[in-house]
Amino acid sequence: MNLHEYQAKEVFSAYGIPVPTGRVAATPDEAVAAAEALGGSIWVVKAQVHAGGRGKAGGVKLARDKDAVRAAAAAMLGTRLATKQTGPEGLPVEKVYVESGSAIDREIYLSLTLNREKGRIAMVGSAAGGMDIEEVAEHSPEKITKVDIHPAAGLQPYQCRRMAFALGFKGAQIAEFQKIAMSLYDLVVQKDAGLVEVNPLIVTKDGKLVALDAKINIDANAVFRQPELAKMRDTSQEDPMELKASEHDLNYVSLDGDIACMVNGAGLAMATMDLIKLHGGTPANFLDVGGGATAERVTAAFNLILSNPKVRAILVNIFGGIVRCDLIAEGVITAVKNVGVKVPVVVRLEGTNAEKAREMLAASGLKVTAAADLTDAAQKAVAAAR
Amino acid sequence: MSILVDKNTRVICQGFTGKQGTFHSEQCIAYGTQVVGGVTPGRGGDQHLGRPVFDTVHDAVRATGANASMIYVPAGYAADAILEAADAGVELVVCITEGIPVNDMVRVKATLAGTGVKLVGPNCPGVITPGECKIGIMPGFIHKPGCIGIVSRSGTLTYETVFQTTNNGLGQSTCVGIGGDPVRGLNFVEVLQLFQDDPKTEGIIMVGEIGGSDEEAGAEFIKQHVTKPVVAYIAGVTAPPGKRMGHAGAVIAGGKGTAADKYSALEAAGVRTVKSPAELGAAMSEKLRGRR
Repeated sequence: MNLHEYQAKEVFSAYGIPVPTGRVAATPDEAVAAAEALGGSIWVVKAQVHAGGRGKAGGVKLARDKDAVRAAAAAMLGTRLATKQTGPEGLPVEKVYVESGSAIDREIYLSLTLNREKGRIAMVGSAAGGMDIEEVAEHSPEKITKVDIHPAAGLQPYQCRRMAFALGFKGAQIAEFQKIAMSLYDLVVQKDAGLVEVNPLIVTKDGKLVALDAKINIDANAVFRQPELAKMRDTSQEDPMELKASEHDLNYVSLDGDIACMVNGAGLAMATMDLIKLHGGTPANFLDVGGGATAERVTAAFNLILSNPKVRAILVNIFGGIVRCDLIAEGVITAVKNVGVKVPVVVRLEGTNAEKAREMLAASGLKVTAAADLTDAAQKAVAAAR
Repeated sequence: MSILVDKNTRVICQGFTGKQGTFHSEQCIAYGTQVVGGVTPGRGGDQHLGRPVFDTVHDAVRATGANASMIYVPAGYAADAILEAADAGVELVVCITEGIPVNDMVRVKATLAGTGVKLVGPNCPGVITPGECKIGIMPGFIHKPGCIGIVSRSGTLTYETVFQTTNNGLGQSTCVGIGGDPVRGLNFVEVLQLFQDDPKTEGIIMVGEIGGSDEEAGAEFIKQHVTKPVVAYIAGVTAPPGKRMGHAGAVIAGGKGTAADKYSALEAAGVRTVKSPAELGAAMSEKLRGRR
């Protein structure tokens, strides 16, 4: 679950991490009022969307007077902002964050996230801040410093010093940096953050460290024990299909193709997409209906995939282990009847009672094609979508 | 021979009296697994499925001599359950539970390091040595005792692989579902080592997926240490970057963890790769025919 920048900065403030003063606004009037309340003579108006790359996409504007604040807010609010992370459709801008301008001397990259290879939280820093860290990692990995943190010991002062020197901090900045790094680590542990990213962490003209941007992602598996953060969820930033799927406890990811898939198990669901591609088609989605594929869930899944107008065929691929195939066939038959499926449906059922399930599908009189195996299923679905 | 579990493995179930624990313990018992008891705090002294229930894993191990535990407790309590099993001296902990917070698993992994306790999972189907011992949620009847070792990050793709190797007569020595989470217990490397050392295992099938670099580490290990034929499939060639594909660990992050990278690492290590999971069984048969 992602937080908006303004929410992440609230969390930063609560942890004593310095951020510029700012206020959130939902209308141009509120944006002007925010600028007035903040005072000063230079502001930054930032579109609040769950994506990086806002600056280059026109989602971050510098304003030197109130009219410019109003104009920037008016240009962003109510529109969709497309950055290189969002795809061409972009994300809706319902709020802007108005912030006091900062005098920047230099920009640093700092993040804490899981190092999967080590199974530990790692702190990653680079003096090449404000840039795309993935590009830095690819072209000049020597500019990146990484420290892995033992969960029992926690982040240690020597690790902070190592990072601070690598980032070029001097004098009082070293202690200042250590305090920020320690607070970020506490935040990661206490708030179950999967990622905390400060890009950039700036050094101001008067030598102070300030988190100019803030990104927090909360581990989806831990949201249940972070009720305060769970309230910050903004569903307007989520894919509507994926949102609808999550309400039914279905694992769904939208794709561009025209063959919808309904599969049990995440691995098999990915493999089904791959098979469709391998046989010349394009998958419309990833959908894992889970181990207990009941008639109710299968119906919900059919409704979901049929709400995508691009779908020209449906491939149901179930390996019935503990779940019996005849029960799933019953679910498919009920769902196809109730939902009124107009596109061809190819069904491959294997495992417990698969034979009986195939007979049931054949006897149903529905436009459902039974497939003999994985390859046959993919080929039939691709042919049906043509 | 086999790896991790056999007919002598004595298993307890944590979360024994819950819905999942009850259902799957029944299935394991029916398969012939020596389920010697279970743990549900507060239910110590009860009988469940004809087996004794204990308050703590320590009590259960002392009374039954259990050396393996399977865990079905809910995600919020599962890390604690793993650590309890390890502390009680259980050698093999199989955690089926899905949805454990990452920070909990970071803590578990660091705590288990160096103890010698083997953890399988979490978010996995479990471990089975066909005809001897089933610990987990996999359908027992599709398996057949044989010579192929299977290691996989996905449950249903393991079943597909089992089904194919049963149908073509090869059968399985042991199947290990290592799970779909980013931080887990045994990984490809450890399981590959066990299969390499197991005389009954003649060939190894590896099923990976996008996310992380564990398949690449496995490929490096194969290049240096594995002499048995290995066939591999990687799920997620068509997965878009930045999206989590069902499993918490199945995500291409920052351009890393793509199926293409994993395939090329495996191919460079001399592994026979297939682009369709439907070809795993046939590819293994072919590989073995050349050797037998």
